[in-house]
Amino acid sequence: MTRYLIRRLLSAFTVIAVVSLVTFLIFFALPSDPAVLACGKACTPDRIAAIHHSLGLDKNIFVQYADYVTGFFAGRTIGDGANAIHCAAPCLGISFHDDSNVWDTIWGRFPADLSLALGAAVVFMVVGVALGLAAAVRKGKLVDKFAVGLALFGISTPIYFSALVLQFFFVDKWQWLPAPNYTPITQDPAGWFQGLILPWAALVLGSMAYYTRLTRSTALDVMGEDYVRTARAKGLSRGKVILKHTLRSAITPIVTIFGMDFGALIGGSAIITETAFGIPGIGQLAVQSVLNVDLPVIMATSLFAATAVVLANVLVDVVYGIIDPRVRYA
Amino acid sequence: MAIELSPQSVDVNPASSFLEVRDLRVHFPTEDGLVKSVDGVSFSLEKGKTLGIVGESGSGKSVTSLSLLGLHKGSRARVSGEVWLDGEELVGMTEAQMRALRGQKVSMIFQDPLSALHPFFTVGSQIAEAYRVHHKASKKEAHERAVEMLKRVGIPQPERRAKDYPHQFSGGMRQRAMIAMSLVCDPELLIADEPTTALDVTVQAQILDLIRDLQEEFGSAVIIITHDLGVVAEISDDILVMYGGRRIEYGSVHDVLKAPEHPYTWGLLQSMPHLGGDVSQRLNPIPGSPPSLINLPSGCAFNPRCAFKDQVADGRCLSERPELLPVLDSDKHIAACHLTGDAKAEIRSASARGTK
Amino acid sequence: MSTTKSIPAQQSGEKSTSGENLLEVEDLQVHFPIRQGIVFQRQIGAVRAVDGVSFQVKPGESLGLVGESGCGKSTTGRAVTRLLEPTGGTVRFDGEDITHKKVASMRAARQNLQMIFQDPYSSLNPRHTVGTIIETPMKLNGINPEQGHKKRAQELLEIVGLNPEHYNRYPNEFSGGQRQRIGIARALALKPKLIVADEPVSALDVSIQAQVVNLLQDLQREFGLAFLFIAHDLAVVRHFSERVAVMYLGKIVEIADRETLYSRPQHPYTHALLSAVPEVDPDGADNRERIRLTGDVPSPINPPSGCRFRTRCWKAQDICASEEPPLVQLIGSADGHQAACHFPEVKQVVAPEEIPAAPASAAE
Repeated sequence: MTRYLIRRLLSAFTVIAVVSLVTFLIFFALPSDPAVLACGKACTPDRIAAIHHSLGLDKNIFVQYADYVTGFFAGRTIGDGANAIHCAAPCLGISFHDDSNVWDTIWGRFPADLSLALGAAVVFMVVGVALGLAAAVRKGKLVDKFAVGLALFGISTPIYFSALVLQFFFVDKWQWLPAPNYTPITQDPAGWFQGLILPWAALVLGSMAYYTRLTRSTALDVMGEDYVRTARAKGLSRGKVILKHTLRSAITPIVTIFGMDFGALIGGSAIITETAFGIPGIGQLAVQSVLNVDLPVIMATSLFAATAVVLANVLVDVVYGIIDPRVRYA
Repeated sequence: MAIELSPQSVDVNPASSFLEVRDLRVHFPTEDGLVKSVDGVSFSLEKGKTLGIVGESGSGKSVTSLSLLGLHKGSRARVSGEVWLDGEELVGMTEAQMRALRGQKVSMIFQDPLSALHPFFTVGSQIAEAYRVHHKASKKEAHERAVEMLKRVGIPQPERRAKDYPHQFSGGMRQRAMIAMSLVCDPELLIADEPTTALDVTVQAQILDLIRDLQEEFGSAVIIITHDLGVVAEISDDILVMYGGRRIEYGSVHDVLKAPEHPYTWGLLQSMPHLGGDVSQRLNPIPGSPPSLINLPSGCAFNPRCAFKDQVADGRCLSERPELLPVLDSDKHIAACHLTGDAKAEIRSASARGTK
Repeated sequence: MSTTKSIPAQQSGEKSTSGENLLEVEDLQVHFPIRQGIVFQRQIGAVRAVDGVSFQVKPGESLGLVGESGCGKSTTGRAVTRLLEPTGGTVRFDGEDITHKKVASMRAARQNLQMIFQDPYSSLNPRHTVGTIIETPMKLNGINPEQGHKKRAQELLEIVGLNPEHYNRYPNEFSGGQRQRIGIARALALKPKLIVADEPVSALDVSIQAQVVNLLQDLQREFGLAFLFIAHDLAVVRHFSERVAVMYLGKIVEIADRETLYSRPQHPYTHALLSAVPEVDPDGADNRERIRLTGDVPSPINPPSGCRFRTRCWKAQDICASEEPPLVQLIGSADGHQAACHFPEVKQVVAPEEIPAAPASAAE
């Protein structure tokens, strides 16, 4: 198991390293020159060269990448002379846009990002699986039709629309909830929870459907398996047959999908929800950085997303090994 | 006090045998029509005895056994008839009553032990679970019981093997574990659905020996469902041959295999090669394929594949369903065929001339 | 009865002219590597599925390969047809060494060497019509029959006992037995000389089994086909194959013509195997000697030293662990009867039976 984990982590690290190099090469090879944007209208070639130099853009791209990697592990000083800024390890660079430390920016947004992703993921996983299981058990009955209908509704309603509707009813019309916003949980747990209810709901509506449908179909498959029949032949109660024997097997493909979804959510794929409710997450940061052609931030958010997805997948593999003894020794 | 001869007879008296099945029908409504998987099957079984149910795929043999415990697939199945087990009628039972019987009084062994055991739980825990369903026992007690059962069915190092998962067992060991699980509550009736089909021949011999030994030890009744006449001959007392969801021949193993009465049973026996048989002799297959359970041929369901239907007058094989009638000079051997005793005797002697 | 002295086997070293044998397999080995490692995978062992197997098949002859699961019989078949790459030894087909030939350069051998598979459900592409399934191998191999592909395919359907009008149907419209017939028609399309049949009837119902066995026998006679017939059912193998080889844990332990092998087997494993087959005769079951093996087949990753069967053999002595018994012919035994045992003994396990003539001779 430990060997397996080490191997998985090593390969995860390799993936992240490759992603970082490729992202670096792509973004820094882009035609839009940050120096031109930074120096405005009355720009002379000399000035551009100076900016290039201060940003380190005049160096060979691989040297730049090496600087970047070294900076991450050991910190570095960016620019020279009076403009020099020291960026402590782990250094992801300094924003072109506002000279802020990119690592600090990301780290600052991480709690909001995690709160949104984790809360929503737990709910859509649990509720989605429960609904799917109920639909499978009562196949063709009312519960099934309701679950499938709800799934269809969720899939076909865009988040920006459901966000508006939710906000209109719960906040504006009925005033049951305060306007959605992010309050750190350390400051005010109740406020944190209330502020996130609607963003969670919007995300859950959109994603839960996949879990319902997937659970329903895998559970139906598993219920046709011989070992479920064996469980019934033992005289186990219906509940035990479903919750223990069926669910345990049906959950494996769901864990896989969940890992990828969760990784992507942390990595900023909840961008629409963040924007619709004004939650300061990583997704928003990524979009702003693209609009500003703020290369260090683009680079950092991409890397962050890749890391989140890769780590989530390692986690999935570990969980998989716990669920399914057959893959433990592979 | 009646040996059931005709599927029509309806008897509301509790049975005298340990297990008595009367006119069991299991019908599944489907989009294509009503699938009559089991259509009027009756048999009886005493404790300590073994019944072999034989037939090809789609003959209804598995559904018959599964429906005894209400384990057949499809909640819309219509089950009728009577199943008397030790004085209790099973067909009308509620799910909860049935559940109390499953694994306790009646237990099952399935064909493929790899798919019949849950891949994610240890063998020991699956056996212990079967015990705890019906006994108030701590986890530790149940585990000890599981180890004891594994030992009883001949698994070496049972303490260690109980902690293994099914995929770590060999095929034969898995089937032993499955048997251990089915016997953990000392059932009075054991139903084995193709218990050795997925196994190698030497392992099959071990498993059949084991089932026989355990039956002697516990005195339970055993129903063994198989397509292999050799397995039935080895282990059974009685044999029930099914075709198209119905009984076509029923009697003691000796009677049925030594003096088969139905052309389908003849066909089954002649179509399989024997270890000491004459290799220059071609196999004598039954032509055609098993019938659809939605549209059984009219008259005798076997008539499209039967070589002797012309020897019955008036085309009765095509128009009239033969009743199960007792064979002369036999206490309980019955068969459903329109051929007269004389006609059969003639066919036999002709066939005997042919093979010699 | 038997003598324990043996004469060296007349192995293929006796240079049987390759014109005589259609298939010559010599010391065939198929090992599947087991790898382990954190970054670099290194081989730490191998599953020795087939470990030194030699046999020959003459034109028009059927050789049966029996044994229990994991004995390597299917792997042998796959290596012979080059669906698997042999690890060692040679496979010579029709005078040509095809052991490591590139698939592209063995078209001729491919045509003459066809395979029939066990599972008639998964070995036919469900999205192709029967016609396409049968024609494709002809087209791939550039065979253009005079009458055209379609006519030829229909002819083949008729040969295997299917309605030629079903040319445009899909596999799911056929029953298991019929699908196996389609598989056979596909194999016949290239007019092969040898068919490797891997458990061709074991997925079929008893009554259908007999139909397919008869069909294969007819084809063998009509087209002079040779067969490597792989099956676990000893009675079926005996019925179909003139010679039979018994495999255990990657090796042939006994080989002989069927009469000899079934009536005068010498190897204890063959004895056990034959004695385990359930007999239909309800009286016969009691008066046969019962040999019951205990334990499981050892792992082919780490097979026992010396004789591989010794761990389950009731005759095993010290020599069995130290020395591997060669596959040799005993003095006084039938020609071509070889067994690999230090203590061979002729034993009659199967009684020569008068067939329980189904409509038995007893009259009411």
